[in-house]
Amino acid sequence: MAEEVSEKLIPRFLRPLKAPTENAGHALQLGPEQPLVLDSGKKITPLTIAYMTYGALNADRSNAVLVTHALTGDQFVASTHPVTGKPGWWNFAVGPGKAINTDRYFVICANVLGGCMGTTGPGEIDPATSKPYGLSFPLVTIRDIVRTQALLLDSLGIEQLLCVVGGSMGGMQALQWAASYPERVHTVMPIATGARHSAQNIAFHEVGRQAIMADPDWRGGEYGTQKVSPAKGLAVARMAAHVTYLSEAALQRKFGRELQDRDAVSFGFDADFQIESYLRHQGMTFVDRFDANSYLYMTRAMDYFDLAADYGGVLAEAFRDAKARFCLVSFTSDWLFPTVENKRVAHALNASGASVSFVEIESDRGHDAFLLDEPELHEVMSGFLGSAAASKGIK
Amino acid sequence: MSVAGVTPRQAQLRPDLAAIAEMIPDGARVLDIGCGDGALLEHLVRSKKVDGRGLELLQSNVNHCVTRGLSVVQGDADRDLAEYPSGVFDIVILSQTIQATRKPDYVLKELLRIGNRTVVSFPNFGHWRVRASLLLNGRMPVTRSLGHSWYDTPNIHLCTISDFLSLTTETGARIEKALALDGDGNTRRLSANAWKANVFAEGAIFLLAKT
Repeated sequence: MAEEVSEKLIPRFLRPLKAPTENAGHALQLGPEQPLVLDSGKKITPLTIAYMTYGALNADRSNAVLVTHALTGDQFVASTHPVTGKPGWWNFAVGPGKAINTDRYFVICANVLGGCMGTTGPGEIDPATSKPYGLSFPLVTIRDIVRTQALLLDSLGIEQLLCVVGGSMGGMQALQWAASYPERVHTVMPIATGARHSAQNIAFHEVGRQAIMADPDWRGGEYGTQKVSPAKGLAVARMAAHVTYLSEAALQRKFGRELQDRDAVSFGFDADFQIESYLRHQGMTFVDRFDANSYLYMTRAMDYFDLAADYGGVLAEAFRDAKARFCLVSFTSDWLFPTVENKRVAHALNASGASVSFVEIESDRGHDAFLLDEPELHEVMSGFLGSAAASKGIK
Repeated sequence: MSVAGVTPRQAQLRPDLAAIAEMIPDGARVLDIGCGDGALLEHLVRSKKVDGRGLELLQSNVNHCVTRGLSVVQGDADRDLAEYPSGVFDIVILSQTIQATRKPDYVLKELLRIGNRTVVSFPNFGHWRVRASLLLNGRMPVTRSLGHSWYDTPNIHLCTISDFLSLTTETGARIEKALALDGDGNTRRLSANAWKANVFAEGAIFLLAKT
């Protein structure tokens, strides 16, 4: 069952770097008697699920909100990150009096399976070999990730979630929840996401993976035992991905063609432009908090996601048993998960007879808009959750 | 969308909306197209216990509906109706919106396909004030139910009650009920010979079914 842990939750590859903070959260440990059987047919045991909670579970256990995190997110949704010391990635949305009001709701956020913030993943020790899993870690899918979250809810004694909410890869998990466990979700809020990863998105992920694997320090994924780290490859992967999270308008507004700490171009390959300097910084800071192999596994999980494919190619079939109310949100300038992909989900839900709301928010901040303080997102989230809570009689 | 004769939401339902509400049976599955800020839909969900959905063009209106706890999709009647399966709704409502669509004939056919019954309300361009305004002033009419100038009106396909009657014939819709609305929101039954209503009614509400 859940227990307080400290050191364990700092991923192994980062343990020498940083000391755990006072609140590293909780972990659910499942022993060999409860192996997790994956979509690939392989098993993972033992299994650790690292998670954070905020607020209090009410007496009838009806006020639980599961926040599902994105590709490089983690369970520290609204608390200081133990490695970077930065505020939680969704601090603006989760907390007392905020849209996901922790005075009212019991918020759970778990590190995804295959992640690198304490939940079992390629960077953790394989008990069979006493070495880090590396590439011997089995491929995991979004459905596998959702399975671990269901196990976590079982252990917390939560039968049904008031809401499952997440953006991007978190939104994929929210959709998977509705398909896999229709009885266990009262409302579902997938944000800036889609029911499948597009060819373009797979292409960008492949660029990132090749960058990591081209780094000589990747060592076929065995860097964990060889005291090296493919930091350069991972940084390049992050730089490429980061561009896809923004928009041309946002880049133009923030950086334009401004030069970095100089009056003229250097006629060389230094970071002349502010945008170059910014991307390099994004890449460099990312490697301090993320594991390269984990990045390979997570991007693969997203690439494999095609909810309709599991239901004979008909997306509406995935939601046939859905009883939840849905609220989908997209952003006008998001070209990674454009409105049309989100709308496709809305139409499938309509076709399956589910109760669905769809909101497109005007923003020039690209895919990342869901992580930023967009007042309209705040209003929609708080309104949707509020009406969900009211329908359950939650004060 | 609801663009003609928009009034601020009041505690009391607007008379034309109240007249529509009376046509909706309890517990029906309802799709309100151009549901605006959700006043009618909320009323139907609360007092008629309908299973209600909305489609609305304006983002601010959609957000408002979602915070009211309504299930509303941001979208465009001209584009998005094709995505709805046939016959899934008992009633589809198009209130004060048909005149703002690009293809009213297509939209009407889609409504008849999606819903077993369809309610359409619209401002009557055959009203005597409209006729008089054009005849006497030689200017595009601006009246209390059509409050826009010609250059900024969203009402691009205005019609008269007679025009709409012939459209129902062309699209193969059966009229189950027809009401004429006066300026104070009073309704009266529209007779088969509609010439009088075509002059004196400010608007009309039709309950249609497929033939």
